[in-house]
Amino acid sequence: MKLLNAIDKHILQTVAGMHDMPQGAYNIRKNGEGIIRNSTANIEIIPKTDKPGIDVIVKPGARGESVHIPVILTAEGLEDMVYNSFDIGAGADVLIVAGCGIHNPGDKNSRHDGIHNFIVRKGARMRYVEKHYGEGDSHGKKILNPKTVVEIEEDGYAEMELVQISGVDDTKRDTEARLYKNAHLLVTERMLTDGDQYAESKIIVELLGRDSSARIISRSVGRDNSRQIFYPVAVGMNRCRAHVQCDAIIMHQAQIRSIPEIAANHADAQLVHEAAIGKIAGEQLTKLMTMGLSESEAEETILRGFLK
Amino acid sequence: MLEIKNLSLTLEGDKGPVEILKDINLVLEDHMFYVFTGPNGGGKSSLAKVIMGIYQATTGSIVLDGVDITELGVTERARLGIGYAFQQPPRFKGLTVGELLQLAAGKGKQVKEYNLLLDVGLCPQDYIDREVDFSLSGGELKRIEIASLLARKLKLAIYDEPEAGIDLWSFSRLTETFQKINEKFDTTMILISHQERILSIADEIILIADGRIVEKGKRANIWPLIMEEVSCINCDECTEGTDEVAECYR
Ligand SMILES: Nc1ncnc2c1ncn2[C@@H]1O[C@H](COP(=O)(O)OP(=O)(O)OP(=O)(O)O)[C@@H](O)[C@H]1O
Ligand SMILES: [Mg+2]
Repeated sequence: MKLLNAIDKHILQTVAGMHDMPQGAYNIRKNGEGIIRNSTANIEIIPKTDKPGIDVIVKPGARGESVHIPVILTAEGLEDMVYNSFDIGAGADVLIVAGCGIHNPGDKNSRHDGIHNFIVRKGARMRYVEKHYGEGDSHGKKILNPKTVVEIEEDGYAEMELVQISGVDDTKRDTEARLYKNAHLLVTERMLTDGDQYAESKIIVELLGRDSSARIISRSVGRDNSRQIFYPVAVGMNRCRAHVQCDAIIMHQAQIRSIPEIAANHADAQLVHEAAIGKIAGEQLTKLMTMGLSESEAEETILRGFLK
Repeated sequence: MLEIKNLSLTLEGDKGPVEILKDINLVLEDHMFYVFTGPNGGGKSSLAKVIMGIYQATTGSIVLDGVDITELGVTERARLGIGYAFQQPPRFKGLTVGELLQLAAGKGKQVKEYNLLLDVGLCPQDYIDREVDFSLSGGELKRIEIASLLARKLKLAIYDEPEAGIDLWSFSRLTETFQKINEKFDTTMILISHQERILSIADEIILIADGRIVEKGKRANIWPLIMEEVSCINCDECTEGTDEVAECYR
């Protein structure tokens, strides 16, 4: 990894669990440029010619392979905009590990806007993991505005894990999914904000095909003076099922709004939403303290579990 | 040894202060197996919580092995070797049974999760990685709660109605487990229970009703009291109980 310094490596480990160059296909983007890339027999990564970004093409039937596409921002004042497209061939089964880490050393804002388009073709399975993370003690904000659009064709399955670990000052995430016949989607979102951070997340899932199903599970923790807003929406256009679940722990002076919406445009659409915001239950703290944990250790343990 | 002197507990209720415990005096010796029993609402769990530090005593003192712990908080008492298994244990999203037991045993300590789960009649493979959340049944949660106390080396262990919600087969296994620990260690054991079987294995029975200790003594002396005379000690004033209510004759 000669192009990567210690900060880069730390970020790669945090956002993509990478200790070394991963197996399979990968593309590492640093400060607005692709710096290392590897395609495999079944997964091709091609840089776009008309705009920044890559096309990731997974051959039909490719199984058990992975693609790592982390992004590192270590320069201050950088505004990075990238368009990535993913074509998951019919019957393929892949893991995609994305993630963006910003180390902002200066006082100017650093910002990464990733626009991701996915097509999960007939009968394909995709697991997508995206972690967002910021660090740096200076005044420069770390801003991440991801936009994700997913189409899941007949019998396809997608699992998306969207995690904002810490240190992101400002985020607006926008996720759209369209599900066709017998397609399934699971979105789990985990978010922690503290300080004066602001986070907004919109997820809209359209269940177009018969027997499609979706689950959106959002868990978040708001600390200090941070603010969060969630708008998960499930729209049923056919015989389908959807479950939207938003669960938030609120602490200190944080503010959290959760506005789940379910809309049925078909008599056989079964849509459910649940939303809850509350403090850590006193009983949980007490229980852990009766095992010898201090109050703050107990709090940490509860939050860690909740956001797992 | 635990000594409780002139202890009272007053809590703020919806309609003002309520005196929950009154003039409690109690000495509990090492290696002994005690049962707290008595009618619902009598104050058993409250006394356990005062000992654990979950409630702070309003008056009086609590001394553990010569150290006054009256002013100490829950964490400090836990670190001194007091443990309490909740009557209604809380659930935790995202925390697995294995992790909970590890936390109970202490950071970096080796924990024999497998044996602990077997001791409470749960199949380790099936439970170790499950989350302690709403997917567990009431009885399963209760057993895990018990295991979380068994995981620790304690001076004083309080189990609040450990048998509640536990099926008969596991229950007999559980009583064996309690007896085994009692033989092996110096731990002072307190079981809060309404179960005849548990009362019958105790060294001493402490009868608590109406916020007071009504009787304390060897099983042989207290047992007849419970069975015959005592029934419910508030029978005279009680407007709800009648001769037909079995509860009144626990
Ligand atoms: N936090 C509280 N606030 C107000 N009243 C309380 C509180 N905790 C307990 N009490 C009251 O104190 C009394 C004793 O309760 P406690 O839970 O100790 O009874 P118990 O003997 O454990 O009963 P059970 O056999 O039903 O478990 C009850 O009348 C109860 O309603
Ligand atoms: Mg009780």
